[in-house]
Amino acid sequence: MSGNFEVIGSRAPRKDAPNKSTGKARYIEDIKFPGELAGALLQSPQAHAKIKRIDISKAQALPGVVAVITAQDIPDVKYGVSPARYDETLFAVDRVRYVGDEIAAVAAEDLATALKAVELIEVEYEPLPVLLTVEEATAEGAPWLHDQFPDNVCAQVEQEFGDVEAAFAQCDLIQEGSFFSKRQDGAFIEPNQCVALMDSDGVLNLHSSTQVPHYVQRTLAMVTGLSMSRVRVVKPYVGGGFGPKASATPIDLAAGFLAMKTGRPVRMAYTREQVFLFSRARHGFTHHMKIGVKKDGTLMALDHQATLDGGAYSSFGIATVYYAGSLLGGPYKLPNMRYHGLRVFTNKPACGAQRGHGGVIARALFEQQMDVIAEKLGMDPIELRLKNMMETGDVTCNDLAMSSLGMRECIEAVKNGSGWDQKKGKLPPGKGIGMACGFFVSGAGYPIYRSETYHCTIMIKADEDGGGIVVYTASAEIGQGSETTMAMIAAEAVGIPYEQVRVKSGDTDFGIDLGAYSSRTTLMTGHATKEAGENLKAMILETLAQELGIDQSRLDIKNGLVKISGEPVDFSAIRTGYIKEHRGWQDQPSGEELTFREAARLAYLRLGTLVATGKYKPPVLGGKYKGAAVGTSPAYGCSAQVAEVSVDFETGQIKVERITDAHDCGQAVNLTSVEAQMQGSVSMGLGEALFEEVKFDGQGRILNPSLGEYHIPTVMDMPETKCIVVESGEPNGPFGAKEVGEGAIMPTIPAILNAVRNATGLVLDETPLTPERVYLALKKQKGA
Amino acid sequence: MSKQAITLTVNGVARQALVEPNQTLTSLLRDELGLTGTKHGCGVGDCGCCTVILDNETVNSCLVLAMQAQGREVLTIEGLAKGAELHPLQQAFVDAGAIQCGFCTPGMILSAKALLERTPRPSREEITKGLSGNLCRCTGYEKIVEAVQDAADKMSEA
Repeated sequence: MSGNFEVIGSRAPRKDAPNKSTGKARYIEDIKFPGELAGALLQSPQAHAKIKRIDISKAQALPGVVAVITAQDIPDVKYGVSPARYDETLFAVDRVRYVGDEIAAVAAEDLATALKAVELIEVEYEPLPVLLTVEEATAEGAPWLHDQFPDNVCAQVEQEFGDVEAAFAQCDLIQEGSFFSKRQDGAFIEPNQCVALMDSDGVLNLHSSTQVPHYVQRTLAMVTGLSMSRVRVVKPYVGGGFGPKASATPIDLAAGFLAMKTGRPVRMAYTREQVFLFSRARHGFTHHMKIGVKKDGTLMALDHQATLDGGAYSSFGIATVYYAGSLLGGPYKLPNMRYHGLRVFTNKPACGAQRGHGGVIARALFEQQMDVIAEKLGMDPIELRLKNMMETGDVTCNDLAMSSLGMRECIEAVKNGSGWDQKKGKLPPGKGIGMACGFFVSGAGYPIYRSETYHCTIMIKADEDGGGIVVYTASAEIGQGSETTMAMIAAEAVGIPYEQVRVKSGDTDFGIDLGAYSSRTTLMTGHATKEAGENLKAMILETLAQELGIDQSRLDIKNGLVKISGEPVDFSAIRTGYIKEHRGWQDQPSGEELTFREAARLAYLRLGTLVATGKYKPPVLGGKYKGAAVGTSPAYGCSAQVAEVSVDFETGQIKVERITDAHDCGQAVNLTSVEAQMQGSVSMGLGEALFEEVKFDGQGRILNPSLGEYHIPTVMDMPETKCIVVESGEPNGPFGAKEVGEGAIMPTIPAILNAVRNATGLVLDETPLTPERVYLALKKQKGA
Repeated sequence: MSKQAITLTVNGVARQALVEPNQTLTSLLRDELGLTGTKHGCGVGDCGCCTVILDNETVNSCLVLAMQAQGREVLTIEGLAKGAELHPLQQAFVDAGAIQCGFCTPGMILSAKALLERTPRPSREEITKGLSGNLCRCTGYEKIVEAVQDAADKMSEA
């Protein structure tokens, strides 16, 4: 696609890459404040218990301890992610609900003393029955984890679009299947850490490794009772997030209280084990689906049930349970859909959002069943998918508007790119090929809390000498490349080279930005950045037009040069003025054309410092039904993948040999970054498909809380990956751009499942596909 | 336990430090010498973020006691660039888009450097083996492998 862009669509090197390559980039652990105290948390060793007594006297008496706080020392305020389900307190009031639930926090002169003090806090527990599975939590007579949630039901969703029963009555084939997935961990490489301090203005500053400075600011203000304007959250470089860093952590809040109480900076950090204990990562899902089709392959109806093992608190779970249903509305034409979703509390760490939020396992089962249906109908799986594929402009039965949808192009690309026709049905024993599709929102249509707030605001300030611009954004660079993306969008909008743009991000003092989640930043913050850039350009050109005495419509800026259409115009007075002001400089403007530098300097001299702003919130989106806020988005990214695997029949070992991946991102802002998101998605999907499972013992303790025992893909596990970028041109996106960060993970698991099925004939219904599971399934198949 | 004085060479410069007997090399580099490019990821040798080169061998600096570095030579990520000029591996990582969050990058680059010193023209398989101790959750490793290949090509030509 691509219009005539100067910067957009290029492979500009990332702004942060040089400093990250030399070790100069600063993460939270690299930033020290004078007089820091070390904080530590007391976390429950019990999965479910009443607290009878807490005695902090010995801890307080330990030399070097500066403060010890429990629920008694802070306001009794419940918080969480969704205001309708605030069910957490920073410290347990009278009960703990999972191994790791927070009870107290200590600040001391050094970490060893803080940890020693934590050990000296005495807690008397009265054990309660431990509910570790959905079955246990929903059994007759099971105790309730939260009084306000009867029967341990966190959320229940009932939706029907169209008439599913009537549609089933017209179907020639009804395919049923189930799927069981395991809890994942985010496994970002930098564990959460923060430092809180009161600044000289009396503002509580929190420096934190977070994806969402704004939501952390809001939660910290609400829980401490401070106004938003008395809380500032700053995010330095962050070592990955993937969803679990998308809400305030107990250490964010505890450090805040301890800093207020002690008047000194307080640093708190999670160990790797504590990252697992806090979790907030991918739920374990159970799905059942019944899919009805006509014999020509026309999809008629889906009846879908999902049960989510939520852990001890709601966290993002209400959104997760809605996403698990709503993201099956597309990309196929599916006129009738019924969804029953259930999220249940158990005595385990709370699950939350992780890349492909809520939709990944639903997509895996649906795409697996599509392949089974294709086989039963004697169709090629690609043919079945193309037959039912939506087109740009279609709206799903649950009101998701596909304002651009390059799904067909993605399918064609992976079909050709993988050599599908030469391979499908022609591979030797033990080899398999499979494909799948998927899509994802390009930004949640609504904030987490009900509000008419802008989702992002941007300030761009021109350097007073006209040498460049600075973009101020509260958005969160967490590794995805958003600073680079905003620099490119700003450069394009203003008409200057990328090198002339600096980006300052991740500080709530810079404005509003809801943060890095739901694949929202490129589209939403991108819109605001584009608007601010265009406004800045208009300010400069308006002044210039007045100065030159010509109509503003004759002026434009491209690649740092002022373009004047029509008759030549004498701008020598402006140039002479600039040169006079800069006597002694070696790089005076020269050449036939007036430069941005001269024009921006002129505008500064006339108007003062040039600051332009931009803002964005999505237009009113479709869907009047309950839960419509989850899944509606200004745009949807989509992808198709082909996986090629080999299966060792003796050991059950699966090796993914090749992935061919196509993603429609509307318009690549930075082609390298788009591919990077696609490749990262494949790796996370592959880990979930083959290795990743957080395991518990019978007491609710995590058995594998380390990156040695919880296996994420290493470089040796990765297949050759071929990335094909499809650009459908999204009308609702800045310069046509939409998401790539999460849509790209959707097809990975089902493509692998379908390839394994192609190699073995097995319809496996449980991930991860460990050698043991595959071996046992193969053995059962042989015996049958 | 009392602190003990050690001397070692870090990035070509002789350094002295007082260290606790249980202090790790990661802590010495980060906390005493201010070399925060060495990242602290897990503390138990799983992630590889704290990789440094100790006498020409890569080590997880979290698993090495500072005292064990007595009299030895340490190369950290800060020791690679020559002034403003990036090391070819660093430049290749920047150019290939092999850096996302960047937390694994210093360790990854040092593992790659040790690999290229042993094997100047590595195959893809040799690269994956050489980097297998360094976890990355962002990139899927593809562009990292490309970067190492590009750097190997450039360094062999030079």
